[in-house]
Amino acid sequence: MEHYHMNLTLKVWRQKDSKAKGNLETYQVKDVSSEMSILEVFDVLNESLINDGKEPIAFDHDCREGICGACSMYINGQPHGPWAKTTTCQLHMRAFKDGDTIVVEPWRSRAFPVIKDLVVDRSAFDRIIQAGGYISVNTGNAVDANSIPVDKRYADAAFDAAACIGCGACVAACKNGSAMLFVGAKVSQLALLPQGEPERETRALNMVAQMDKEGFGSCSNTYACEAECPKGISVAYIAKLNSEYLHAGLNDSDS
Amino acid sequence: MTWKHFFGTAIGRKFTMGATGFFLITFLIVHCAINAMIFFNDGGETFNHWAKFMGTNLILHVLEVGLFVFLLLHIVQGIMVVIKNKAARPVGYAMSRPNRNSTWYSRSMGLLGTLILLFLVVHLYHFWVPSRFGGLGNITPLEETQLFTYSNEEAHNLFQRMQMVFRGNLAPVVIYVLGVISLFWHLLHGFQSAFQTFGLNHKRYTPIIKSAGFVYSLVICLLFASMPIAMYFDWVK
Repeated sequence: MEHYHMNLTLKVWRQKDSKAKGNLETYQVKDVSSEMSILEVFDVLNESLINDGKEPIAFDHDCREGICGACSMYINGQPHGPWAKTTTCQLHMRAFKDGDTIVVEPWRSRAFPVIKDLVVDRSAFDRIIQAGGYISVNTGNAVDANSIPVDKRYADAAFDAAACIGCGACVAACKNGSAMLFVGAKVSQLALLPQGEPERETRALNMVAQMDKEGFGSCSNTYACEAECPKGISVAYIAKLNSEYLHAGLNDSDS
Repeated sequence: MTWKHFFGTAIGRKFTMGATGFFLITFLIVHCAINAMIFFNDGGETFNHWAKFMGTNLILHVLEVGLFVFLLLHIVQGIMVVIKNKAARPVGYAMSRPNRNSTWYSRSMGLLGTLILLFLVVHLYHFWVPSRFGGLGNITPLEETQLFTYSNEEAHNLFQRMQMVFRGNLAPVVIYVLGVISLFWHLLHGFQSAFQTFGLNHKRYTPIIKSAGFVYSLVICLLFASMPIAMYFDWVK
C-alpha cells in the first residue's frame, strides 16, 4: 500500500471533568502520515497543544498493540472506528483520506461516566468480574495441567470467549448500552470449563445482578456488539449467558 | 431467588418478552388461518362457522383471556424495557452510524410495537368489540343483518362485518396494510430474537430459525394484508 500524507479536521469531545458539560472542539491536523495509528495523531496533536500552552486531550491507551482494551474512542459514529475487528490503537490513518473530517467521542453509557475528554470510567466492568468472574481455588502447588481432561471443542469455545479484552465497545455500540456481550463472554468462558463448574450458577446470577446494578441496559438482539467487537466475540455467548441465567435462576433454592 | 427477582433482571425481562412473543406468534397462525377462510368464496360460511367456534368454545374463551393478559404483559414489559434501555445512555452520540452494525428494524422494535398497538386499537374496535358486546361502538344500520343462524344458535356475521368495514372504504384498508407492514418487521426480528433470548444460538439451528422466521413473517403478513385489499375490491363474495 502506498504511503501518503493528508490534512485532516478532527472534531474531538472536550470535557474538563465529570461534572462539566463538554462540547466538540475542532482541530486542524496537517501532514498526517497514512502509516500512523490514530492514537499517534492524537500524540502529535497533543504535542502541539502543549507547545501552544493549551490543555492536551485526555485519552485512554496502554499496550497499543490491540490486546489491552484500554483505548476507547468512538470514531466517526463507530466504536474503534470504521475497521472491523480492530482496536483504536490498531486503526491506521490509511483508513482515511486527505480532507476528511473525523469525529471522536468517548463511550456513551450511564455505567461509563466520562472522567475527562475521551476517558471514561470503566470500573463497572471490574465490579462485574468481582461479582463472580473468577474461580475459587486453594493456593498451593500448581496442579498438573493435564490432570483435568477438557474436551477440545469446549476448550476452543472457552478460549474464544476469553479473547474478550473488556474494552467496552459492545456497550458503546449497543443502542441499549447493554453489557451482555461482555458478561456473556466472561460467564461462558468459565461455564464451559470443569474448573468453573462448582460456582457456575452463583456466578451467572451474581454477575447479572451486578450488571443491572451498574445501570447497563437489556439486550434486544440487534447484534451491533458482535459487529463492533475488536475480538469478534460471538453473540452465541449472549445466548449462552441467557441459558446459564435461566438454569441458575430456576434451580436456585433460596426463596 | 424470588419470581419477582428472576423476571426483574435485564435478562428476566427479556424472558417475559420472548415467552409472550412466542404465544402471540402462535396466536397469529390460528387467527390468520381462520381469517383466510374468507377466500373459500362461499359468502363467508366456512369463515363464520369457525369464527363462531372461536367465539363460543369455553377453552378458547380461557385462551382469549390468556391472550389479552399476555398481550398486555408484552406491551407493559416492552415499554419498561425501552424506558430502562433509554436510561442506560443519558447522553447520546453527536455522530452515530448504527446502520453499519445492525438492521433498522432490530433497533426499532419499540416504535414498530407502538404502531402495531395503534393499529390494534382500531382493529379491536372494528371487529372484537361488536362481536363481543353487540351494539357497542358505532354500528351502522347493517346491524340487524349482522346476526346469522348456525345450528339454531345466533352468532355474529363477521364476514359481513368485514365487508362493511372494507368494501369501498380506502381509509381502513390503508390503516390495516400499514399495520401489517409494521407487524412484518416486528415479527422478522422478534421471531428469531425470542430463540436467542431463551439461549438457543447454534451454527446449524440458528440459520434454520432465521429462515423460518422470515417465511413465517412473510406468509402471515401477506395473507393478512390480502384480506382488507380483497374486501375493498369486492373480490371475495
